[in-house]
Amino acid sequence: MRQFLRVAWVVMRKDLTVEMRSREIVYTTVFFAASCVLVFAFALVREGRPLEDAAAGILWISVAFAGTLALGRTFERERHTETLRALMLAPSDRPAIYVGKLLGILALMAIVEAVLVPLVGLLFHAPVLARPLWLAALLAAGTLGFASVGTLFAAMLVRARSRDVLLPVLLYPITIPVIIAGVRGTAALFQATPDEPMARFWAALLLFFDVVFVTLSLWTFEPLMTES
Amino acid sequence: MKRLLSLIVLFALLPGVVALAQEPAGTPSAQGDFVPVNQLPAQTEQLPAAPLLMGAYAFVWVALLVYVWSLWKRMGKLERELAELRRRVQNP
Amino acid sequence: MARVFVPLVLAAMLLFAAAPLVVASAPVEQTMGLVQKIFYYHVPSAMLMFVSAFVCGISSAVFLFRRSAAADRVALAAGELVVLFGAIVLVTGPLWARKAWGVWWEWDARLTSSLLLWMIFLAYLLVRRFGGPGSEKLAGAMALFGMANVPFVYVSVNYWRTLHPKTSVVMTLAPGMRAAFWFCVAAFAAMYVLLLTLRKRLEDRQAEVEQLYLATDD
Repeated sequence: MRQFLRVAWVVMRKDLTVEMRSREIVYTTVFFAASCVLVFAFALVREGRPLEDAAAGILWISVAFAGTLALGRTFERERHTETLRALMLAPSDRPAIYVGKLLGILALMAIVEAVLVPLVGLLFHAPVLARPLWLAALLAAGTLGFASVGTLFAAMLVRARSRDVLLPVLLYPITIPVIIAGVRGTAALFQATPDEPMARFWAALLLFFDVVFVTLSLWTFEPLMTES
Repeated sequence: MKRLLSLIVLFALLPGVVALAQEPAGTPSAQGDFVPVNQLPAQTEQLPAAPLLMGAYAFVWVALLVYVWSLWKRMGKLERELAELRRRVQNP
Repeated sequence: MARVFVPLVLAAMLLFAAAPLVVASAPVEQTMGLVQKIFYYHVPSAMLMFVSAFVCGISSAVFLFRRSAAADRVALAAGELVVLFGAIVLVTGPLWARKAWGVWWEWDARLTSSLLLWMIFLAYLLVRRFGGPGSEKLAGAMALFGMANVPFVYVSVNYWRTLHPKTSVVMTLAPGMRAAFWFCVAAFAAMYVLLLTLRKRLEDRQAEVEQLYLATDD
């Protein structure tokens, strides 16, 4: 178990160290997410006032789009430098590599969301500070669900053709329950009087989803990455 | 020159496309709203059921038949290929 | 083709041809009238779509964890049938809905979940077709995740649409309708088994051909 965690930690540290040198993915993904929010602002704001409940939807859509981009770019870098094959050749627990990559993606998404949430709050007059802990919990659980499936699929797609378009094609249908739960939970928190029981229900569903899909991903990572 | 011509043709087609995209006059307004089933407004038009029913059944039949036919065709092709290959293996 | 098939084909065709007769003899439903008869083809197709989704998911799991190529072929066949029967459901449904509800589409739990399931398996076929080498495994993961997702999709869409779950309406079918309905279920099930077996056979032949090509290339 300790070995498992050590491997995961090392993989994550490697990813973050490489990223911090150029900060390429962080900057571009954050900017992309902000542009998304802006596009939605122009689409959904009428006469200077945003549509009701728009904030929650826009936040989660931007997270989903930015997440897909980040996943694609991270694994494209791995493919380019052929480090994924090196990782697979290392005599370590395969699922530990998956966990390490997942943690790296989560760290990246946390930075993106730290920028997105205030931006959405500002542009759409959403009360993001009303229940900050619940909002953080929803975002954490939802991002974990999205990223767990995304990391698995992106890793698998590294060697596939049409990988850029196939990642969203595969990822979005599977993660629709995550988006639904995230949006509805966040919308409940953004109401005039935040509806905590509702947010709690959706957070619980997200947590359940996370448990099931992280487990499934851990199980299938090894058979998927080994060439028969 | 060719690119310019294709651009002109495209712009000429644009008003036609826009005209087609207009909503036809007879559609009931209920189509645009997300209304729960038990709160729908009363039916404003009486649709004949028979065409819908026949359309549904026809679609089912056609879909299944097309699928079976495509399987049959591909199977025939594969069997021919298989026979050819077996013959080739027998007499190299 | 094979001897085993002929009786299966005959049985399926007989059942299927007789289905319209059975449907015509069933009593016409009171409120919805003639168009309700779409139900006899719509519901069995929906049942088989879900059955096929599970078949695909389970055989994909067997393929991934036991490396069984035969299981992969079953998965492909089942995946195609999900899309086929799903298309039937999604076309006959709106045709019925247009008359019964006045609109072509409604964002209620069952329709939305069915649409999502259909799209997941459409994506499955896309990956197999355009994913390049090694895409069978990725598609297998997709099918497995898709199958595991079914309860989540249903719960989340159900609660998304209404705050509290709808009370389920138990279908108490009149005797004449019940017979016609179950007859159609049997007809569709027979058709499904036939199509699944045929499609898997096709894949088996394909694998044989590829093996022979490799042999003759030496």
